[in-house]
Amino acid sequence: MSKWVDICAITDLPADSGVCALVEDKQVAIFYMPKDNAVFAISNYDPFGKVHVLSRGLLGDIKGEPMVSSPLYKQHFSLLTGKCFEDESVCIPVYAARIKDNRVAVSLEE
Amino acid sequence: MSNKQTLIVIGNGMVGHNFLESLVASDISDNYEIVTFCEEQRPAYDRVHLTEFFSGKTAKDLSMVTEGFFEKHNIKIHLSDKAVAIDTTNKFVTSEKGIAISYDKLVLATGSYAFVPPVQGHDRENCFVYRTIEDLEALTAAAKNAKVGAVVGGGLLGLEAAKALKDLNLKTNVIQFSPRLMSAQLDAGGAQMLAAKIEALNISVLTSKNTQKIIDGSECKHKMLFADGTDLETDIILFSAGIRPRDEIARKSGIEVGSRGGIVINDQCKTSDPDIYAIGECAVWKGETFGLVAPGYNMGRTVIADLSGQEASFKGADMSTKLKLNGVDVASIGDAHANTENAIVYQYQNGADEIYKSLVVSEDKKKLLGAVLVGDASGYGTLSQYYLNGIELPEHPDSLILPARSDESVGLGPDALPESAQICSCFDVTKGQICSAVESGCHTMAELKDSTKAATGCGGCAALLKSVLDCELEKSGFEVNTDICEHFAYTRQDLYNLIMVNKIKSFNELLEKYGKGRGCEVCRQAIGSILASYWNDYILQPEHLSQQDTNDTFLANMQKDGTYSVVPRMTGGEVTPDGLIAIGKIAKKYKLYTKVTGGQRVDLFGARVDQLPLIWKELIDAGFESGHAYGKSLRTVKSCVGSTWCRFGVDDSVGLAVELENRYKGLRSPHKIKFAVSGCTRECAEAQSKDIGVIATEGGWNLYVCGNGGMKPRHGDLFATDLDKETLIKYIDRVLIFYTRTADRLQRTSVWMENMEGGLDYLKSVVIDDKLNICADLEEQMQHVVDTYQCEWKTTIEDESKLKRFRHFINSDKTDENIIFVEERGQIRPANEDERQHFALVEEV
Repeated sequence: MSKWVDICAITDLPADSGVCALVEDKQVAIFYMPKDNAVFAISNYDPFGKVHVLSRGLLGDIKGEPMVSSPLYKQHFSLLTGKCFEDESVCIPVYAARIKDNRVAVSLEE
Repeated sequence: MSNKQTLIVIGNGMVGHNFLESLVASDISDNYEIVTFCEEQRPAYDRVHLTEFFSGKTAKDLSMVTEGFFEKHNIKIHLSDKAVAIDTTNKFVTSEKGIAISYDKLVLATGSYAFVPPVQGHDRENCFVYRTIEDLEALTAAAKNAKVGAVVGGGLLGLEAAKALKDLNLKTNVIQFSPRLMSAQLDAGGAQMLAAKIEALNISVLTSKNTQKIIDGSECKHKMLFADGTDLETDIILFSAGIRPRDEIARKSGIEVGSRGGIVINDQCKTSDPDIYAIGECAVWKGETFGLVAPGYNMGRTVIADLSGQEASFKGADMSTKLKLNGVDVASIGDAHANTENAIVYQYQNGADEIYKSLVVSEDKKKLLGAVLVGDASGYGTLSQYYLNGIELPEHPDSLILPARSDESVGLGPDALPESAQICSCFDVTKGQICSAVESGCHTMAELKDSTKAATGCGGCAALLKSVLDCELEKSGFEVNTDICEHFAYTRQDLYNLIMVNKIKSFNELLEKYGKGRGCEVCRQAIGSILASYWNDYILQPEHLSQQDTNDTFLANMQKDGTYSVVPRMTGGEVTPDGLIAIGKIAKKYKLYTKVTGGQRVDLFGARVDQLPLIWKELIDAGFESGHAYGKSLRTVKSCVGSTWCRFGVDDSVGLAVELENRYKGLRSPHKIKFAVSGCTRECAEAQSKDIGVIATEGGWNLYVCGNGGMKPRHGDLFATDLDKETLIKYIDRVLIFYTRTADRLQRTSVWMENMEGGLDYLKSVVIDDKLNICADLEEQMQHVVDTYQCEWKTTIEDESKLKRFRHFINSDKTDENIIFVEERGQIRPANEDERQHFALVEEV
């Protein structure tokens, strides 16, 4: 059973953009794509810039795979797998995220 | 009895010998008994590299004859025996030693001799020429008891000889009759630069010296007296005053010679006697003699073709030369003296690096007629390609001689860049390397980056790299994909037009109608920028937010540690003491690092997202507004103090700078835009290195466009002169809007200009002559931007809903505890990784 942590209302999330949430002392980047009616959650930590900024990256997709581009050095990370498109050896944590009853929740469990 | 014919070659120099080699390699070699006369004691050697005799090469090293050549090919060579007469009626040749040999065909390759001016005393002891190995041996022997040497003649060979004297430890002088060195090959500027470089080698260059007499010297063996009354004492004199064809055997034998000497030949290299040919330096073709070996070799091949019954003709020769003279690169191509009617000359002179280059081009600027290169002959290959093949010159021919470091900056597309041009300075990748990578299959930026590493360092060369890639692909017939990204099959310019024509107001609307997928950071930012340029809406409106880079989203510049810097506008670099005090107080309160920028304002670093609105509230209360340092937009208008204070100022540069900055602030554009205004031509504001530069003159304002600093500095192009303020602003309006409409994403005005077909002239025709009939439209659009300006920070702090974004966590008031500062020189800076390890405890700022 996943342990869902309530974050905010869906209306608190800017469309096609990101925010950072504090979930059990972890910085989690949450992105909202209204077109997919989906939220995505990954670690906020940019392993290249070594700072917590990924929530401030620009969103989009690469060949259909949703991604965020780092605001620092522009690497792209998959929102589905956390894989870095430029460097396959780098993969950042991905978390489960959901919209339920207009509330956004994240689960840190696998 | 053989049924072979006899072919005699008189002269076994470089050309004579090359002829023999070509002959024995040809199909007709079996048809002839071959005989050759050589007056020297050794067969052919390399006279071109004669000077290397001094650097230790032996006669054997210089020899051009492979061992056993004559025996192997059954050629009878008469060494140390000079052919002295030809009986053309009975067809036999007589030698000095009395040998008489009948011939069927005869080839004269007697070469040339060194001309010694008939001045009194020219035949004194220790007067030499520089022609044979024997000459060099005699010179070397004489140099042992000599201190001073003089070379008469400052041509190619004379300068080589001077080097030889220098190497023999003589105090060396070059005496040139004409006012300049290498007068046949170089123009005045090139000769002057060469003279400077030769003198730097400790060789004295005396020009316009007409030697009249050589007499006994008092300190040296000789004293040379010149027509201008001066003199020079020297122990050794070396004549290198040009060469003359060896035509005496032809003269004696009734074969036609030219009025200025030389054996006259036709296109088949035949002399006036149909069985006798002449090749090399002894021959004169259409009144011209050729003092290089290549044309001589070419003549030899013509003779062989003619003997074989093939049609062949000698068509003259390219006398372009490139050589290293005493370590100095010198090259001359074609009509170096611009003798062609209406020829246009370009010159580039770099006194610091002692480089001189000139180009002679046709009246229509399409064909290269000649060139001179001194100090840097690296462009010789390219230039001779242009010259020899009649390739049409680039729009601005001078780009070919301007230095590589500013290649990007002289109005040429990537095509005109030399192969050696460095594109990526981080990884030292040249255009040549990029071209070969493209050729070997790298057809996308990603592949190219992967294979060459170019643009993977600082990335500053990405735009240039892209244009080289596109250009190469286009050349090799590939369709260049100019789509902005995988989500829009359009160029930035296409997208601009779509937005303009269809009055599209948001990214999602455009994506729905013309794109696919979810977009990406490339199309989002590009379209966000276009929408902002065109409509000038508040960029943080919900429908625009997703296109803004973090800098635009937070209206501040993200730094490496995830904090931001804050830059209030200081128009024209002007700030009141109260303003400065306010900035100081705010910086102190929020513990910000402060630094004065190159754009004449103050940058405040180390602000967390949650502090940004608080800082800005105070800045706005103190009368400041957003400096747009975060945007791809107008940054600053730098200015010098101008006529208000400066003793030299011609006009009020600060006043104009303030006015211009206030007019164009907030204009979103494909890339950042910088201006500067200088109050006089001393140019203290460095306006020529800006996108828009204005310089005051007595007659009004001069406008420069498309300059920039950065990794590929470019001087702005002078766009218009002596403008009144109204016209100046009109032109700037038009240039800037035309730029926002037609440039590529992230393309600075400099690269925009360089990639623009027609370049500066085209831009002038659009902006000044209104060639496209769009100027009214351009001005109207600019006026809209001016009229709808808002301080984005003022709008933001007045809107509660916008402020929600300015916290690190959406669900907590905590701040990012990973931001750690240490102190340096009395201010904060981000902790480096080592220091972070030591900060077990987090220091809250």
